[in-house]
Amino acid sequence: MILLPGMAQTLKACFRRELLIGFRNRGDIANPLIFFLCMLVFIPLGISPDSQVLAPLAPGMIWVIALLATLLSLDRLFMTDYEDGSLEQMLLSGQPLYLTTLAKIWVHWMMTGLPLTLLSPLLARLMFLPSEAFAALVLSLLLGTAVLSFIGAIGAALTVALKRGGLLLSLIVMPLYVPALILGSGIVQNAVEGFDNQAYVALLAAYLLLCTMLAPLAAAAALRVSLDT
Amino acid sequence: MAWQWFHRMGSPRWFYEKFAPWEKGLAIIAVILLVVGAIWGLGFSPAERLQGNSARILYIHVPAAIVAMAGYYVMAISGAVGLIWRMKMAFISLKCAAHIGAVLTFLALFTGALWGKPTWGTYWEWDARMTSTLVLLLLYLGIIALQSAYSNQEAADKTSAILALVGSINIPIIYLSVKFWNTLHQGATIKITGESSIDASMAYPLITMILAYYLAFAWLMIAHMRAEILQRERKTVWVQDLVKESE
Repeated sequence: MILLPGMAQTLKACFRRELLIGFRNRGDIANPLIFFLCMLVFIPLGISPDSQVLAPLAPGMIWVIALLATLLSLDRLFMTDYEDGSLEQMLLSGQPLYLTTLAKIWVHWMMTGLPLTLLSPLLARLMFLPSEAFAALVLSLLLGTAVLSFIGAIGAALTVALKRGGLLLSLIVMPLYVPALILGSGIVQNAVEGFDNQAYVALLAAYLLLCTMLAPLAAAAALRVSLDT
Repeated sequence: MAWQWFHRMGSPRWFYEKFAPWEKGLAIIAVILLVVGAIWGLGFSPAERLQGNSARILYIHVPAAIVAMAGYYVMAISGAVGLIWRMKMAFISLKCAAHIGAVLTFLALFTGALWGKPTWGTYWEWDARMTSTLVLLLLYLGIIALQSAYSNQEAADKTSAILALVGSINIPIIYLSVKFWNTLHQGATIKITGESSIDASMAYPLITMILAYYLAFAWLMIAHMRAEILQRERKTVWVQDLVKESE
């Protein structure tokens, strides 16, 4: 794909629009965070408040909950634009749908993954995660939640035309989340045990790059199909 | 001229009529091979030195696992062909491969669990291969669920084709990451097969069974696809004529 002169402007315009919409619906930013917090309260209640029990569970649990929180926010990604017809206009505008999708996914990550990442050390404290693993947790979530947004966008685009796509969306996306979960929680686990993390971080970053290239492509193709129906 | 067969393949009617004898022929060969392989493997091949007779489930389990994996690629390639050339038949093949593949994956997991009990003392172990096979089953189920969620056939076909392609890019990554995770968490506590190569007295029935499973897969694909063609083309004249004839 050649970078046409108009493309940078399109990307910028889409990005601004999405950000503006995001900030005007502040509830959508808060909801996944509140969900994240609720789940973290449930774990000690359901298992044990003992720090000896919780600390070993912390890396995996925090990651699984982050994954679920992202999953719950996904069905809103294209839904409103699909319903009010904006998505159709974007398709008709002649600009590549790839760019629109890319901008949407970026902003989705900024509205869900990024706040979640910033909040994570606080929540890790509640789970008695050793403090030397905090930096690793933030780094893994920073890269990992972006992967979750990118892959999740494919699922959201595939199910946007369905009336009740929410559960189906989780069903088709979750198996694809396996590598992100393994690498992400692996980074934190390694940091807890005091091992070197470079290999894991490099792999997760490479996976993120792959997703950045390919996921908007698949999502845009899926949106085209969804708009046809 | 060379591509004529490929273009013809796009016609459901041509496929339905042309593959009727194939369905019968493959069914006969596959069933014979399955029976021969099963009797040979379960009855006449030597018992394994350490595991005794329980290792005989190998002849059911290994081919199922191999063909289950191959089924995913049949599905993904069908999806790609369908999206690129917009062939009706490719989408039909995708749907059928998803169903048969899911059943085979389940069979592989189930027989694996049965084999695990006498050999490892547990039905389930979070071993790399078992975990990735379970994820494979989830991928299959996701595609089947997406297929059945749409009432519009074209949307169902295209969305599941995209998902199959995304999955096929992800499968190697999933396999590698699960392997990575497995070595991190527990090391190689259990190895299904060591480095030692398999003896010919066990290899031949196994090869027979693998071949039988592949042929059975092809047979079931054709049978399922022909049924699906009738279902999808039920409003056309030729299908209605066919129904009238059979009455």
